[in-house]
Amino acid sequence: MAETANPRFLRPVAAPGADPGQAMTFAQPLKLDSGRTLQPFTVAYMTYGTLNAARSNVVLVCHALSGDQFAASKHPLTGKPGWWDVLIGPGKAIDTDRFFVICPNVIGGCMGSTGPAEIDPATGEPYGLTFPLVTVDDMVRAQAMLLDALGIDEILCVIGGSMGGMQVLEWASSYPDRVVSAIPIATGARHSAQNIAFHEVGRQAIMADPDWKGGEYQKFGTRPAKGLAVARMAAHITYLSEAALQRKFGRALQDREAISFGFGPDFQIESYLHHQGMTFVDRFDANSYLYITRAMDYFDLAADHDGSLAEAFRGTRTRFCIISFTSDWLFPTAENKRVAHALNAVAANVSFVEIETDRGHDAFLLDEPEMFATVRGFLNSAAASRGVA
Amino acid sequence: MKPTVRALRPDLAAIAEMVPHGSSVLDIGCGDGSLLEFLTASKAADGRGIELSQQNVNACVARGLSVIQGDADTDLAEYPSQVFDVVILSQTIQATRHPSTVLRDLLRIGRRAIVSFPNFGHWRIRLSLLARGRMPRTRALDYAWYDTPNIHLCTIADFANLAREAGAVTERALALSEEGRTHPMRADAWGPNLFAESAIFLLHAGKQQPA
Repeated sequence: MAETANPRFLRPVAAPGADPGQAMTFAQPLKLDSGRTLQPFTVAYMTYGTLNAARSNVVLVCHALSGDQFAASKHPLTGKPGWWDVLIGPGKAIDTDRFFVICPNVIGGCMGSTGPAEIDPATGEPYGLTFPLVTVDDMVRAQAMLLDALGIDEILCVIGGSMGGMQVLEWASSYPDRVVSAIPIATGARHSAQNIAFHEVGRQAIMADPDWKGGEYQKFGTRPAKGLAVARMAAHITYLSEAALQRKFGRALQDREAISFGFGPDFQIESYLHHQGMTFVDRFDANSYLYITRAMDYFDLAADHDGSLAEAFRGTRTRFCIISFTSDWLFPTAENKRVAHALNAVAANVSFVEIETDRGHDAFLLDEPEMFATVRGFLNSAAASRGVA
Repeated sequence: MKPTVRALRPDLAAIAEMVPHGSSVLDIGCGDGSLLEFLTASKAADGRGIELSQQNVNACVARGLSVIQGDADTDLAEYPSQVFDVVILSQTIQATRHPSTVLRDLLRIGRRAIVSFPNFGHWRIRLSLLARGRMPRTRALDYAWYDTPNIHLCTIADFANLAREAGAVTERALALSEEGRTHPMRADAWGPNLFAESAIFLLHAGKQQPA
């Protein structure tokens, strides 16, 4: 039913030594929330560490909007270290000497999992905007099929930040018997109006780029790089905090002694954002960005349970550890706490940790020793509860 | 290494002895988690904690305990009824804004509730107010009146009265001496109300809930 191969990347591999990971292609259909199906479909993924004989040491890592499966190893396209290298590795909080880490690329993504840039087998052309809308639920359903194919029934811990955290909540809600413990970080059970608003700015920037060509840019051999870069720049501001921006950049000028009385990048913050935008377009597909932001916008776990978030978790035996950051205004502590309160309402086993930092939403990707200690302690406790050495 | 009961503060050790093996426990105001850790390790408890200080919460979770930042005054209402075998409120009720509501929530959430509190009827406190005419400061209650978190202090007799009003049945009551020794007591006796530094009550909701 499913077979593995090397993943197919849209961009040239810049780090030939990097492990490209695997890609599993499923012949059976993936049923989507929209009512449509994807068939066949592929899930690209990386693994770290070794699966134990009891198959009980699995840690599933879910990536965020702009992330991918290269959580703890060199990125084949950029040559950069894994986005969660600080957290995952031998002896680290998610210790790959003990745990078997699986990190899949989401459906709709652009690093080997089926997404809008892939060829539609029905037409022989890239999907573009004919690709069906996917939801966080769909992403998780595809991951569940991947784990089935790998012969993994139980997940010791599912962990992720931001959109990764949404997948964690969806996993715990949809597959309570498979998930021993869950660590949703800097996330929420729904996308707020403000979050949808920022995503819409990003999407409009992409679609306003003449090179987008109604989403068919692959056919025309163009790339809406400017639109995608602007989308990334706007989004990147939401990942930081006012205090951190002030601390890192202030009003410092970029390679000049005085303002230029023009529109070049006078300020360091401008130059920084340009850099963020430019490097992003080298590794990300614009249509993927549209689809994945939409999936986040549609996420509303309470709505899927008659408006009651607590109902999403009724009867759960999963242990939860929710982590938020004081300066995160994209998924503020209050949004994270809503989940904790809902879990309390069904007497679930929940820990909640708020970490003091000025680094904003992106803190979950950074060197935050208190987050590491929390993850390590919680994961150790979950492992002990299942007799994982 | 398993923590031993002797390493616990005497009042916490006395509370721990009231918790049956294998209970589900909610420790409200769990502080640094030492009681929770003991109950989890030595009594096979399924332990959870609520703690006001985020610093304490983070330290507890890093030690593998299930603890959430929260406030007894505002957050107990969201818990469903009769979901824990034992709910513990140790040396905290006197610092809540609404002790009566908190106590009723404890009796609702837990099949049993353990409440410990400093006894404001202790003779040193009575004497201090009588002799010095100033708000008492003792070893157990070492705060000036204007910066104390203990806004609802009570005597053992006062608490026994509140428990009765809340429809609680007192299963056990212990008096704690200044040296940390525990003595069983009758909740309405005058002796412990004068000589106990603090008290521990093991309660459950009576059959007839008063309105």
